[in-house]
Amino acid sequence: MSDYEPKIITFLCNWCSYGAADLAGVSRFQYPPNMRVIRVPCSGRISPKMLLHAFRSGADGIWVSGCHPGDCHYIEGNYYARRKFVLLKSFFEYNGIEPGRLHFSWISSAEGVKFAQIANDVIEEVKKLGHARYFIKKSPEVNLA
Amino acid sequence: MSNTVIGSVMIVGGGIGGIQAALDLANSGYLVYMVEKTASIGGVMSQLDKTFPTNDCSMCIMSPKLVEVGRHMNIKLITLAEIKDVRGEKGNFEVDIFQKARYIDMDKCIACGACTEKCPKKVDDVYNQKLIKRKAIYVPYPQAVPLKYAIDSENCIKLTKGKCGTCEKTCPAKAINYNDKDKNFSINSGSIILSPGFKTYDPSGKLTYSYDNNPDVVTSIEFERLLSASGPNKGHIVRLSDYAEPKKIAWLQCVGSRDINTCDNGHCSSVCCMYAIKQAIIAKEHEPNLECTIFYMDIRTHGKGFENCYNQAKDKYGIKFIRSRVHSVFDQSGNKKGQVINYVDEVTGKCVSDTYDIVVLSVGMEISPDIKLLAQKLGIELTHGSFCKTNSFDPVATTREGIYVCGAFQGPKDIPQSVIEAGAAALCAGSILAEGRNTLTELKEMPVERNISGERPRVGVFICHCGINISSVIDVKDVGDYAKTLPYVEYVADNLYSCSQDTQDNITKVIQEKSLNRIIVAACSPRTHEPLFQETLLNASLNKYMFEMVNIRNHGSWVHKDYPEKATQKAKDLVRMAVEKVVLFEPLEEAKLEIDQNALVIGGGISGMTAAKALADQGYKVNLIEREAILGGNANNLYITAKGEVIKKELDKLINEVKSSKNINVFTGAELIKVEGFVGNFSTTILQGDLEKNVKHGIAIIATGAYEYKPEEYLYGKYPRVFTGIELDKKFISNDPFLKDVKTAVFIQCVGSREPQRPYCSRICCTHTMISALHLKELNPDMNIFVLYRDIRTYGEKEYLYKEAREKGVIFIRFSSDNKPKITVNEYGLEIEVIDHILQKPVKIKADILSLASAIVPYRDEKLAQFFKVPLNDEGFFAEAHVKLAPSDFAVDGVFLCGLSHYPKPIDESVAQSKAAASSATRLLARKTINTIGTVAQVNPVLCSSCGICVSICPYNAPSFKTSGHFADKAEINPVLCKGCGACVASCRSGALTLKGFSESQLMAMISSTCL
Repeated sequence: MSDYEPKIITFLCNWCSYGAADLAGVSRFQYPPNMRVIRVPCSGRISPKMLLHAFRSGADGIWVSGCHPGDCHYIEGNYYARRKFVLLKSFFEYNGIEPGRLHFSWISSAEGVKFAQIANDVIEEVKKLGHARYFIKKSPEVNLA
Repeated sequence: MSNTVIGSVMIVGGGIGGIQAALDLANSGYLVYMVEKTASIGGVMSQLDKTFPTNDCSMCIMSPKLVEVGRHMNIKLITLAEIKDVRGEKGNFEVDIFQKARYIDMDKCIACGACTEKCPKKVDDVYNQKLIKRKAIYVPYPQAVPLKYAIDSENCIKLTKGKCGTCEKTCPAKAINYNDKDKNFSINSGSIILSPGFKTYDPSGKLTYSYDNNPDVVTSIEFERLLSASGPNKGHIVRLSDYAEPKKIAWLQCVGSRDINTCDNGHCSSVCCMYAIKQAIIAKEHEPNLECTIFYMDIRTHGKGFENCYNQAKDKYGIKFIRSRVHSVFDQSGNKKGQVINYVDEVTGKCVSDTYDIVVLSVGMEISPDIKLLAQKLGIELTHGSFCKTNSFDPVATTREGIYVCGAFQGPKDIPQSVIEAGAAALCAGSILAEGRNTLTELKEMPVERNISGERPRVGVFICHCGINISSVIDVKDVGDYAKTLPYVEYVADNLYSCSQDTQDNITKVIQEKSLNRIIVAACSPRTHEPLFQETLLNASLNKYMFEMVNIRNHGSWVHKDYPEKATQKAKDLVRMAVEKVVLFEPLEEAKLEIDQNALVIGGGISGMTAAKALADQGYKVNLIEREAILGGNANNLYITAKGEVIKKELDKLINEVKSSKNINVFTGAELIKVEGFVGNFSTTILQGDLEKNVKHGIAIIATGAYEYKPEEYLYGKYPRVFTGIELDKKFISNDPFLKDVKTAVFIQCVGSREPQRPYCSRICCTHTMISALHLKELNPDMNIFVLYRDIRTYGEKEYLYKEAREKGVIFIRFSSDNKPKITVNEYGLEIEVIDHILQKPVKIKADILSLASAIVPYRDEKLAQFFKVPLNDEGFFAEAHVKLAPSDFAVDGVFLCGLSHYPKPIDESVAQSKAAASSATRLLARKTINTIGTVAQVNPVLCSSCGICVSICPYNAPSFKTSGHFADKAEINPVLCKGCGACVASCRSGALTLKGFSESQLMAMISSTCL
């Protein structure tokens, strides 16, 4: 398993967490290249469907990060996100997806260190779990015989 | 002397005040020159970790403003420069400027940082208060604007010794120029705004605090850097002498403020109590077991939300507050670490000695000597405390016509007050140049957009080397070759620097030659560079929303330098995801909206009238609504200001000006009964008597004021000689002869303020009591005057009034909220019993009059709030868009606020805020039309189930139900109000909503292609 590299789909809100990722870059804080960032205006834009779809498309882990509660650029979008994700997290767990595959965090655009730190933590945790097994869309088996 | 008016304004100082003023002016038709002494703008605010009372991250809220200034066509930054002299007069000044050499060609520098990495010379990092080192070639901080390096000529080895030259060899952009020279030049401008800011008091050389030789005694600004995640220790608090984690930290207040003993700063610096509380809270959040103690004289938490923050510090965070002015800080004896503080415990009266790991000196604000010299040179008068002298009714005008002031140079103050004054100064500086408006500003003409409907996607992918920033880790050629294999990709190129002007021109050319209709740039961050590339698309006649950026530098090469292959793979994945997204893009339209050029001002007190007049003077028609039969509001009953101006006189002048203005239509005894519409197009119905009148207006300013609390305590209303502060003022105005016979007068502070039912501080009562007490002393110098108080809050230079009152024999007795004065009436009159805080014994005062410093109470106008869809806070004041940076704006576009309806404040601050609100309004009105963003939500009415979720969750009121027409009862989005957050889209249970530019299909396509 040592050369196993998980793919982690990462949703970052434009105003805080994406800024933190930029700052981590400016400050050269290192983390492994397992994440694929999708920039969204606000964590409130992310619907549960997208996270389902991410697992379905073969992601080994998902990380969603928005502004700190109270700091949302759009006043309260991150609260809506938080509410949805609390439910979603238990839903995934109920369906057999290990809790360690799904991560949520709140990072402000000044927290480059925190971004790199959590990135490392998320990657490490997902790596330990190995390939995702549930929810993945299988290609239809074609019987040529 | 020609009498032409020059349509430009010179702003001296690039802190938050200067920045706000520059943006206000540049966005309302004036060319701005911003002269900044250091290599980049940002000032003290850029050094702060968090801002009180909300503990927002300072840099996060500030950096969008920095970027806007940096990119603004009509703001010319002149860094490393100072003004030396000013000739001429208002409308046409000639300003002499001295600019130090930067030794970097700003057009060539791409801020890659290669020079700093290689520079061998380490020097003290001024941005980090010299707590760590930086290099001789530097940018002050990572988010600096302009983001261009500079060489510190005093320390550079090449410039001092002629050797080295490493940076020149390293620079990939050939931007280093060792032959750069200091320059003197002159610029003409119509008016000038001084916003040079303050310097913090320097405690070095003052032996009592052991600051010089003890690294564990730090100033508050040094501690701010220690708290900051971008600071010397990455936000991890340590004792600097041995890097041990501290267990106990003490803050000493009023270091270099309210002190005429060790220095000459008699003023209160206004902000230190709050920043100390903020720092203590943040320190506690970092380390919950930390013991934080604040030693203070009076806690001055007189601003909006401050008292609440103070209460939380005490109750929730367990921060200790000890009332004591600590004289000295001693080192522990021997090799033991820690600082000893001796103080007198108020309750026991005993001397206590305690040891702290870190001692933070809460240093005050003062004006630096070179600013004082400049003021002298310019012929500007200063106050006793060396701040800029101003008048309460014109608080941003200096004593020289055409030169204005804002920020801490006007008097010690916090960020919101600086931002308010900046708006006011911008308004004043612009108003006198009205005929020069739009004469010097540039307006860019854009080519007509190409219609691409029906075209098959033709994607152009540009991959950036960023010098070697990207290509040293990621194989750019490989990524490019891969991109060529992707569907719809017609053209792939790699550039050394995608952001350079020649590459931009080249991209424009390629888009046209190859008829590309979707562009991807794989380079740095869209947060900094997306607007630049969007402009390139516009230049190439392409809709600017047909663009996507892939961040392979900040999220790629810079953070994965040990994984070049995997980072290259990641870059390929990200490019593929972007291609999947852009093929689904459609050109987006920005709604264009005409702005009605009329204004509505609600409230005819000093604030409302000032705002109305400010707009009318610029030619806008204003309807001014006042609920009472006469104009003037509370000011009708006020006597004099803290600066001694007679209020009645100034008020009458203002009322006359308002009444005689041909642009102002006054409705007295009137109220609003209906408000419809939104920014640019409001329609309001006014009821005056029995008459209803409808007015149309583009903007509205709320200045509805507040009223004085009618006390239920202290025998008020039961005994005729007990009255409120305003009632005493009325007696002053009528020159009531009975006042001269008063032998003893007593004032009680905080009546109805700082109480559980009204937890805020009313801000002005302490100062008002000082003014009244001094006036009584003037009427009868032998009068005995007692002021019973909890904390005296004569902030800023109002402290001098407190000092004067004490000098004239006014006696101050402190009481606590759980042991309030008791009032009785006997045959001799009033008797007031209070526990003296020094004797710890009750004293009885026989008084002739008792004046109650009564709270200021907001109207809690829910109807008005509903009309304009603006929020009220818990206390009933209107809630501004942003506590720090938008104190006179609402989150709802086109509506502004000022005066007491925002928070209690004295006349000078009300006037400043009214002008700031008018300035914000002008910025909007001057544009005549506004463009909304293109990435807004949209409803498919066929799918909408009218559940109303979107309507209820949108904080901007953008969704509503259609009331008529084909899809009546279905939701629709007003694109003018939508900010594009997508909360409604993610919450729509019918899938009827989509967010343009971040649609479900686009995001899903990205997700699907991630793991291929």
